[in-house]
Amino acid sequence: MKVFKLAASAAILCWASAAQAQTTLSMWYHGAGNEVELKLINEVITDFNASQSDWKVELQSFPQAAYNDSVVAGALAGNLPDILDVDGPNMPNWAWAGYMQPLVIDESKIANFLPGTKGVWDGKLYSIGLWDAAVALVTRQSTLDELGLRKPTVDAPWTKDEFMAALDAAKAAGKWEYPLDLGMAWTGEWYPYAFSPFLQSFGGDIVDRSTYKTAEGALNGDAALAFGEWWQGLFKNGYAQATQDPADRDGGFAAGKYAFSWNGNWAALGALAAFPDTVFLPAPDLGAGPKIGAASWQFGVSATSKNPQGAAAFIEFALQDKYLAAFSNGIGLIPATPSASEMVDNYKAGGPLSVFVEYSAKTALVRPVTPGYVVQAKVFEKALADIANGTDVAATLDAAADEINADIEKNGGYGH
Amino acid sequence: MALISADNRGLRLATRYAVLGLIAVIFVFPLVFMVMSSLKPDQQLLQDSGNLRAFLPVGDISLNNYTAAFQRAPVATFVFNSVLVTGVTVLLSLLICSAAGFAFVFVNWKGRGVLLSILLATLILPFETIAIPMLLMVAHLPWIGTEGITWGWLNSYHVQIIPFIADGLTVFLFVQYFKDLPGELIEAARVEGASWGQIYRRIVMPLSGPILATAAILKFLVMYNQYLWPLMVTQEEGYRPVMVGLQYFFQLNVAWGEVMAYLSLITVPVLAFYLYLQKAFIASIASTGVKG
Repeated sequence: MKVFKLAASAAILCWASAAQAQTTLSMWYHGAGNEVELKLINEVITDFNASQSDWKVELQSFPQAAYNDSVVAGALAGNLPDILDVDGPNMPNWAWAGYMQPLVIDESKIANFLPGTKGVWDGKLYSIGLWDAAVALVTRQSTLDELGLRKPTVDAPWTKDEFMAALDAAKAAGKWEYPLDLGMAWTGEWYPYAFSPFLQSFGGDIVDRSTYKTAEGALNGDAALAFGEWWQGLFKNGYAQATQDPADRDGGFAAGKYAFSWNGNWAALGALAAFPDTVFLPAPDLGAGPKIGAASWQFGVSATSKNPQGAAAFIEFALQDKYLAAFSNGIGLIPATPSASEMVDNYKAGGPLSVFVEYSAKTALVRPVTPGYVVQAKVFEKALADIANGTDVAATLDAAADEINADIEKNGGYGH
Repeated sequence: MALISADNRGLRLATRYAVLGLIAVIFVFPLVFMVMSSLKPDQQLLQDSGNLRAFLPVGDISLNNYTAAFQRAPVATFVFNSVLVTGVTVLLSLLICSAAGFAFVFVNWKGRGVLLSILLATLILPFETIAIPMLLMVAHLPWIGTEGITWGWLNSYHVQIIPFIADGLTVFLFVQYFKDLPGELIEAARVEGASWGQIYRRIVMPLSGPILATAAILKFLVMYNQYLWPLMVTQEEGYRPVMVGLQYFFQLNVAWGEVMAYLSLITVPVLAFYLYLQKAFIASIASTGVKG
């Protein structure tokens, strides 16, 4: 009996000391209100906590719409967690502002990750994503056949003339309310994410990426002016609507209102459910090659974390293919690695969404990698909305470039 | 002649009721739209939104959006938090601000005019201008609780309550109301030897029902609708109020039926509180000219 008591006491002590040895890591995530995402991230955390005895991750989730403001407030109050997630294009701003520290993980493990999933700022890795998103020109094979259009590929995308001829043909057919759904009902980050690749495909950009110190020439040069005129023409000539009912964005393509829809892979399964002959075409080449946006939510370590090695250990743990595949199955985005893609029916070779992997790998361009992007995105959004609604293209782009330049100057060049 | 006069009176009455009825409809329709929409699936909700069906319980009616809202977010926690924070703040605010108003009006002390002016000047400061300094301050303040002394008020109820107990507008409302109370009552009580505390408790407060109701309703609305401050100071879900909780429903594809169900649920406490106090509120507006 005595021996039994001793053994029981020892066992309890061992258990208690093991439990005490786990250092708690706090983590913030943007998925509150999204049942699927929360379930997935909680599974990763549960597995990680059980896999070792050094660290224990505790999650606080935030609604996505309020997440960035919460992080900024947390940073001001000196109350950031150890691990946080960050929307890819915002990462340079948070790194520059001192909210994040470089992420020290075994980089051989991310060698085969899609380029858009790696958050690199100032030559250092700060964040890494488990998935990426991609945009395609969604239409139906029957539409292509009916209009007598060639099916473009990523290696032979439509030229600008072919794209406009396709829109003309759709318009002439008179079968659809508008030839093209650009998703104008979505505001905010959709504009720079979805539309700046058109500008880049013309040869312009939101900011001059060679220095990141000016938008002059990039946002208001000849290529940008050509883009602006083309963009305005889409609305002026009745190819697309400048203002759109959100319901039409969600269900307009499925309801047969649009011949083509510029939309993300997160909406692809819905389109396939509506029309089994849905095809996802690559972005058109408007002169400087086909381009789409890249970079979605990524994980990083806060600058104030006292346990960066623990935080990095968790992030490295989460990069396993099985989690990449689970997230992809759950939320429909592209797994970060080819091997994880092969584990997902939608994205494996021959899968209905596999073209998105190719588009992401071959045509994706991350948004400007600069702390000033958070301001530049808003300026760009306003300029494009104004041009769509008929303002003078040159004057609008000049004003946008001036506003971006003033912000860069005010912030001392943002460390570039 | 008397007949014509009666007819005129009837016409005037009918016109008045027609105008009031129209105004009532304008004010009630958004609420009806909200509740009716909360009972419909998204597709029907969007289809109905362009016509009168939006205000009628027609089509595929169910409570599915309410069930989904409870699954998406801890609605009961958010409502409890908001009611608790709002209720405590309103009670403490009525106590502190009425006492301050009493001191400004009835007690003769040096500098009260200047201090009242400074207090009123705070009314022109938007909260957004002081939010960040307040955040920096509360993040480092001490607090004595069950765990002893801790530093920083973040993620707590008191960080949502204490900064909002006293405010210039509520004090001003009490000052204005107290100025209209008969001064003879106070002087008589002083002559009889009553202390300031007794006068406040036994004479002034019992006469202040309308202004207490007005101040309570105005404070209730401000507190219940708080968004920016709780967003900044509550990183833990367990302390979040209803307005922060609303953001849980704005995912990439918004489920509008769930949004309407959530809004219907969180509107109930506000309506109940207003209906409970509306008589006194209207009496106060009529007597002081205060507009809500």
